[in-house]
Formats: sequence, structure tokens, C-alpha cells
Amino acid sequence: MIEKALQGSSRYWTWIGFLLVLIGAGFISYLYQLKTGLGITGMSRDVSWGVYIAQFTYLVGVAAGAVMLVIPELLHGYHPYRRVVVFGEFLAIAAVTMCLLFIVVDIGQPARLFNVLLHPTPNSILFWDMIVLNGYLLINIIVGYNTLLCDKKGIPVPKWVKFFAYVSIPWAFSIHTVTAFLYSGLPGRHAWLTAIMAPRFLASAFASGPALLILLLLIVRKVSKYDPGEKVLQSIAKTICYAMIANLFFVGLEFFTAFYSNIPSHMHGLEYLFFGLHGHDQLVPWMQTAGVLGFLGVFILLIPPLRRRIGFLALACAAIIASTWTDKGVGLVIGGFVPNPFEKITEYHPTFPEITIAIGIWAVGFLILTVLYKVAISVREQELN
Amino acid sequence: MELKRRDFLKIVGGSALIGGSAISALVEEAGIAHASPHEEHGHSAEEDHGHGHIEEASGIRWAMVVDMRKCSEQEGCRDCINACHYVHNVPNFPDPKEEVKWIWKDEYHHVFTDISTLDPYVPEHIKRHPFLVLCNHCDNPPCVRVCPTKATFKRPDGIVAMDYHRCIGCRFCMAACPYGSRSFNWRDPRLGLKGRELNYEFPTRMRGVVEKCNFCVERLAQGKIPACVEACKHGALTFGNLADPNSEVRALLRENYALRRKPQLGTKPSVFYIIA
Ligand code: SF4
Ligand code: SF4
Repeated sequence: MIEKALQGSSRYWTWIGFLLVLIGAGFISYLYQLKTGLGITGMSRDVSWGVYIAQFTYLVGVAAGAVMLVIPELLHGYHPYRRVVVFGEFLAIAAVTMCLLFIVVDIGQPARLFNVLLHPTPNSILFWDMIVLNGYLLINIIVGYNTLLCDKKGIPVPKWVKFFAYVSIPWAFSIHTVTAFLYSGLPGRHAWLTAIMAPRFLASAFASGPALLILLLLIVRKVSKYDPGEKVLQSIAKTICYAMIANLFFVGLEFFTAFYSNIPSHMHGLEYLFFGLHGHDQLVPWMQTAGVLGFLGVFILLIPPLRRRIGFLALACAAIIASTWTDKGVGLVIGGFVPNPFEKITEYHPTFPEITIAIGIWAVGFLILTVLYKVAISVREQELN
Repeated sequence: MELKRRDFLKIVGGSALIGGSAISALVEEAGIAHASPHEEHGHSAEEDHGHGHIEEASGIRWAMVVDMRKCSEQEGCRDCINACHYVHNVPNFPDPKEEVKWIWKDEYHHVFTDISTLDPYVPEHIKRHPFLVLCNHCDNPPCVRVCPTKATFKRPDGIVAMDYHRCIGCRFCMAACPYGSRSFNWRDPRLGLKGRELNYEFPTRMRGVVEKCNFCVERLAQGKIPACVEACKHGALTFGNLADPNSEVRALLRENYALRRKPQLGTKPSVFYIIA
């Protein structure tokens, strides 16, 4: 089945080549980081996590989002999703792989990574995050690969694969809940110390993952003979709409609690991100744009005649991806570190090598995605004949 | 001081009948330890915020009392900082982003962020004089809770110590410490030790690991007191066993009104500040 990934048009190979160039650049930057230390990044004593952990957090959401197709298909017998679910699972595989890579490049002594296994520490949320993420990766590989293999052979999916598909549902919730716990259990980080961190993460995940999936399916439809069908796209769009509304609502709740209670430390993080604090406002344009884009996306998806126009649908998905990415991939992590425990403000500017490494990892993810989608498309095209 | 405190207690004393433990928690948070009007209620609050159950493991609970009355008289004095940073080969990186520090000075309103809203009425000399800050060797250390490798751990004598050879440099502990006590080696620390006299009895670290004050475990093991305490010629630093009612630190805390940083977080710091 995998061999299908080795046959493709020149356009396909150009794309692969492009990704390989980005990966190469990222890899060289990473070697530089390995040699010099994390000092080549913009992180500091005060903002001790940056782009890497932020991307990790965002991508956990993308990975969890796949479950929004599994649930209707498996639990509600929604058959139109039957042929599409695998694209969600393959997206999850690519996303989790990126997550793991982002962790690896973020740690100061990667050679010691296995200390996490050698000295298992159940009181550390990072320990559990490692377990749920690797488990989720494995489950999606098992389910995605075997489902596709059965489709190719034209046989029904065996029970044991179905079993893992069921397991993937709570597991998807677990990866994002545990990732939220990394943040929400820390005393003194006021922006993170919120009980709705996990629901917020899940809502944003169930919007951003499927939104990315719609864009990918639109591309699949363009470059191949396989068409997931209008009905599928519209159903996913509705899911995204609900999830994004919940996400915006949750962010609103954070604002209410912080500003109505009027507790300075609770307001500072949000103030810094959305309005600027003591003249420090570099993230304000980002966060405000994210807010506008979020509402724009919801607005388009809420109005059926707009949502049915492919151009608008794509626009809404892009807006929601940009909005959720900014929220989690930029604001969340930085907002927790600013102001620092001394109520001082140290700003964070990612450096060129740091961004190159991050782009390199995204390219690895897209390479995995491309190869897996190529295989899935070939099976779907074969079914058409 | 004494009078004000008694007045305060009289006021809360009445309402304590209604919400005893909540009120005594407040009393505790205001820093008035061991003064709960109702013993039976006060006890639970003490467990939450004070030093409740610490001694039984070893009979030792190391702690430090910083007497700001003495320290703030010595403007610009860096004796303790220099001693510590020499003894532990703490690298010197001037860029605040890469800074590594075990003990340093910062202003009142940055150190006591939770009560700094009182700022306008705080006496000038307290506002002006920098406070010493270091790892608090918390009784309930969040840094230990989050560490995925046990590279940061709490010893039976209460010291929160680190194994630099086990640390993977994930910096989870830096996110978890509410006191900004931890530094990361963004670069090779030896670069920050160039041209300086090294202490060959204490290892240098490698890049990519976290470090912080260790209450001089290596010196305690040899029966010495911490380097900063030894270096302070003005008697501003006192180190001792909190579990021993007859210790010097306990005497100081008995006779003076001392604050700890962010007690409301429940970390139970072991560094105390006598303010005035
Ligand atoms: S002050 Fe920070 S580093 Fe020190 S024990 Fe407490 S939480 Fe850990
Ligand atoms: S940086 Fe080191 S000490 Fe800190 S949590 Fe990670 S492994 Fe533990």
C-alpha cells in the first residue's frame, strides 16, 4: 500500500522536494541549537517556553480534532463519514508526530529524554502526557492503516480494529485534557490557573482540527479523483461552528472572571495579551486579529447559504485555523509567563533559527501527511473504478 | 504593632464563630501565624499554610531567616551573593535573558507581589531597600511535583535539591515555581565563568539543565553553614532547624513578625523575612 506514495506527478514531487528543503533547513538549525544550546532561541529565564511548546500545544488540538469524525461515524452510525474518517486519523498521526518532535527540540538535554521512562514519575503531568500522546499515535496508526487495508481488499473492518477505534474516542479527549493540565495546575501562573483550561482546549481543538481537515479535503478533491462529497464537508462545517462558538464563549468566561472579580493578577495576563500592559503590547495586534477572525469564521459558518459556497467555507476554515493557532500557538504560552513571578515584563521574540526549526517540524508533519494522504487517495480512487 | 494586631483579632474573633476556618485562614494569610483565636479551627489553616507536618522524617527542617533590618543598612553589599556564586561556580551572564542566579536582590514590591498593592503607604526605607531572594525550599514544592524525572526532589531535611545529571532540561519546574527561583543554562555555563576563580570542590553544570540555590547541602554535609550565611558580616542571615523549638531561627520567629513570599499558594516557603 505504502508504495503508492512513491508514484506521483511532477507536481507531487515538487511539493515533496519543497518540504525536504524546509526540513533540511530546520535540521541544520537544530544541529546549531544542539551545539550551542537553547540560547539560540528567544526564550529566557522569564519566558522559559516559547514557540516550540506553543506549537506542541496547538498540534495536540489538531490531533484530538480527528475524533469529531470518529464519533458520528462510530457512535451515531453516520455513514457519510465512513470513507473520510481515515483522513482525520492520518491528520492525527502527522500532528502527534509533530508534537513529539516539538518536545524533543525544546528540551535542553535531548540525549537524556529516556530519563522520563527510566525514572517514571506519576506525579508529573508530563509523564502522563507522554503516555497519552504515544498511545494516541499508536492507536491512530493501528486504526488508520488497518481500515485502509481492509478497504483496499474490499473486506469489512475486523472487530479488533473497531475496538481500537472506540478506544480512540476517550483517548482523544485525554490527550488534550492532560495537555491542559500541564498548564492549569501550576500555582502562581494566573493566566493558566483556570478550571476551564481543558474545556477551552477541547473546544478549540474540535474547531481547529476539523477546519484543517476541510481545507485538506478541498485540496484532495482538487488534486485527485476522490471527492468526499458536499454532505461530508457541510457536516464537518457544522461541527466546527459549534465548537468554535463554545471556544469563543469560554474565552469570554475567562474575561468575565478576571475583570469582574477585578483581581489584578488575574487580569494581567489577559491585559497583556489583548490590550497591552504597562506599555508592553507587542501581542495585542495578534490577539485582537485572532478574536476578529474567530467571530468572522463563526459568522460565515452560521449562515447556510454562505457556508455552502466553497470559497466562503474555505475562508471560514482558514480564519478559524488562524484564530485558534494564534490563541494557542502564540498567546497562551506567552500570556502565562508575562508578567513573571516578580510582576515584571520580559517580552519574547522568537529568533530566526528557532522559527526555522519550527517550520522544519511543520514540514515533517506535512511530509507525513502528504505520504499518508497519497496512500489513502490511491485506495479511494481504486474503489471508484 | 501589638495593639493593632490585637484589635484585628478582636474583630475577626467575633466572625470566626460563623466561618471559623475560613477566617483563621485569612488570619494566617495576613501573616499572623500562631495567633488564631480558635485553636481547633486555627489548626487546619496552619496545616494548609504553615509548617504543619515536616519534622517526623528526620527531625530536621532547614530554614532561613533574613533580617531585613540588618540587611538594608548595608547599601550595595553583595557579600552573600558573591560567596554563593563563587562557591557554586554560578556563571555570570549579564544579559538578563540568559542570567543564572541562586541568590540576588530585588525590590520589595517585586518580591512581595501579593501585598504590594499597599505600596503607597509602605515606609520609604522598606520600599527602597532591595530584598534578598533565593529558592524558598518550599515544604510543598510545585517544582518537585511537576518534574518528570525526579531530577528535582525534596530531601527528608526539607531541602529541595537537584540532580544535574538527571535533569532533561524540560523547564517544567521553571513554569511551576511561583517565585522565579530557577535558572536555566541557555548556554554552556563555562562561558560565564571565564576569567574567574573556580571552586574545584563543586561541579560546574553543563548547558541545557536547570539550577538553583541548594541551601548548601554539600557544606551542611561537612558540618558547615551555608556560604551566604557565613559571608554575611552583619548577622542578617540566620540558618537553622525549624523543627527544633530551641533553634536560633525559631527564636527569631518567636520574637519577630516575619513574612514569607506568597503564602496563599500553599507552597509553605522556608525562607522568612523580618521586615521591620
Ligand atoms: S522556591 Fe521555587 S524552586 Fe524553590 S522549592 Fe519553592 S517552588 Fe521549588
Ligand atoms: S528541567 Fe530538569 S529539574 Fe526541571 S522539571 Fe525538567 S527534568 Fe526536572
